[in-house]
Formats: sequence, structure tokens, C-alpha cells
Amino acid sequence: MKPLLNSLPETVFTTKIDDILNWGRASSQWYMLFGLACCAIELMQTGGPRADLDRFGAVPRATPRQSDLMIVAGTLTYKMAKRTKLLYDQMPDPKYVISMGSCSNCGGLFQLAYSVCKGVDKIIPVDVYVPGCPPRPEALTEGLLRIQDKMMHERWLVKAAQPAGDTAVA
Amino acid sequence: MDAKDIYARLERQFPGKVSDFKGDVKEPYLTVDALSIVDVCRFLRDDANLQFEVLSDLTALDWPKEEKLQVVYHLFSYSQNHQIVLKVDLPRDNPKVATVEGVWKVANWLEREVYDLFGVIFEGHSDLRRIMLPEDWVGYPLRKDYVEQEEYDGISTQRAPLVEKLLR
Repeated sequence: MKPLLNSLPETVFTTKIDDILNWGRASSQWYMLFGLACCAIELMQTGGPRADLDRFGAVPRATPRQSDLMIVAGTLTYKMAKRTKLLYDQMPDPKYVISMGSCSNCGGLFQLAYSVCKGVDKIIPVDVYVPGCPPRPEALTEGLLRIQDKMMHERWLVKAAQPAGDTAVA
Repeated sequence: MDAKDIYARLERQFPGKVSDFKGDVKEPYLTVDALSIVDVCRFLRDDANLQFEVLSDLTALDWPKEEKLQVVYHLFSYSQNHQIVLKVDLPRDNPKVATVEGVWKVANWLEREVYDLFGVIFEGHSDLRRIMLPEDWVGYPLRKDYVEQEEYDGISTQRAPLVEKLLR
């Protein structure tokens, strides 16, 4: 966020509405607790004191209705895929999705199995793919920072630009 | 009681209904006639010298060349500390066998699993539904001739294989 003009340095600082909105959003990404398999253990580590996602303002929420970010952590089966779509639809806009680990990226190790969905992008739009099996907390933190980057470039006041989350595919 | 004696006891009790005993393996097994599986199981549970209180596992095998599905019962007795494996051969095109739910209650879920993945019909079962796969799933995935559907409920099951792309 770049201040444009600073005429009263002690009390006032001037910037763009888009920037201040994005700054607020990027600094309080509430992610949904959504661990499906072993990646969830790594997700817990990322939320723990060593990697500490809290310092970016990212805290877990137990309900999709209060979440901005869905971290799909683990193997997605077809049975769960339908529930995932439902949870995604319950999240308020603007919403973002991180696909964490090989399994949710493409089915991973289990992609030849009859019951495993070949990637979470088959059902919901994904913003950031984090590779790894499972990804280290550092990798997931990087993914979160990429989401922050993406958030900071959203344009809310210009109608031509489509807000994220409206591009859901069936 | 070791497996050989168990087989001898069963042969005496159910002449002609048990066969193909194999004792020189880690888990000795025998084949039971499909129609008398419930009687054999009840006898194994209730006899004072056998006392198989536990059905440790109930699973199945698919033999497409022999045109048969084999349901396998793993029994164990805590009080006698012995075990036996029962096998039942069923025709592949119409696999039906009576439920042993009335003998061991745990058979309820185990039989549902076998029904889910192999399509074996357990006659007399109180609640024969799929247990793990979705209700609207097509086919029985652990059968050797199972073909994956093009899509499940609007979700495509296809993804370009990465390895083939690398080989090219």
C-alpha cells in the first residue's frame, strides 16, 4: 500500500480506497479448518507457534460462513468432493482457495484409485497450488503470502475487473 | 485345538459340507458349502470346545477365470486361543449367500463392505446398503472387470496421465 500524499504526517495519511480495502482483507485472512488427510497435520504445524500463521492475521475458523480462505489439505474423494463444493458455496465473497499438497492438486499418489478426485480444481476454482507431499509449513506460508499478493492486486471500485470467487465452475 | 482337529470336528458334524482343507499355511483354511455357512458358523461359535466368539474379518476375493467370488471368514477364539478361516465359493454372475449377522453382530458392517466393493448379496441382512462409497455409485470397484465411469455426479474422473507425457 503506497501513501499518495502526506500533508499532515502526524495524523493523516492518504491512499486509495482499493488499497486500504485490500490491505484490510490481506491482513485478516480467516481460513477454514478443512483438513482431509495427512496434509492437515502440516497445516496444524503451520498454525502452530514455530511457523505461526497468526502473524499474518490468518486464523482458523470452524465455519465456512466466517471464512475468506479455504485451504484444501489432503486427499479428496468423490464423496467428499460434493461436500467441498457445498462448503465453498457457503463461504462469503470474496473467497480464495489454496490447494495444498499433491493429492488436492492432481490426486497425487492416489490418482489411479477409483474413489479419489483427480484434483480439487475439478470442482472449485483454485488460486494457489502448493506442491509437496505434504508441503512443509514454510511452503504453505509462501502460499498464503501469494494469496496476500493476489489480494493486494484486486480492484473493487472498477466494475470492469471481476472480483475473485465469481468464476466458480460447475 | 489345532486347525486339523477343527476340520475333523466339522467333517464329523457336517458330512459333505466342508472340504478342501489346507493346514500347512500360516492361517489354515477350509471351504464350506454356501448353503450351510450359517449352521457351520453357529456350531463353531456355540460348541464348548471350539468357542469362536469373534469374527475378526469378513472379506472377499474375485476369481474371474474360475468364474467365482469367494467370501472369506476369519474366525478367532479368545478363550481357546485358536483360529480358522472359512471360504465360501459363489457364482460370479449371481453371488448370493446367507448373512451371518445373526451369529456375530459385527458381520453387519463387514458384509456391507463386501457388498459395497464386490457386490455380494447377503440374504437376510438387516441393512444392506453401501457403507463407504456414495449411494449412487455405479459398479463394484474391487471386481477385476470394474471399469471406471467417465464422470461421477458431474465431476470428471479424467486427468491426462503425467508419466505418459514425460515418456513421449
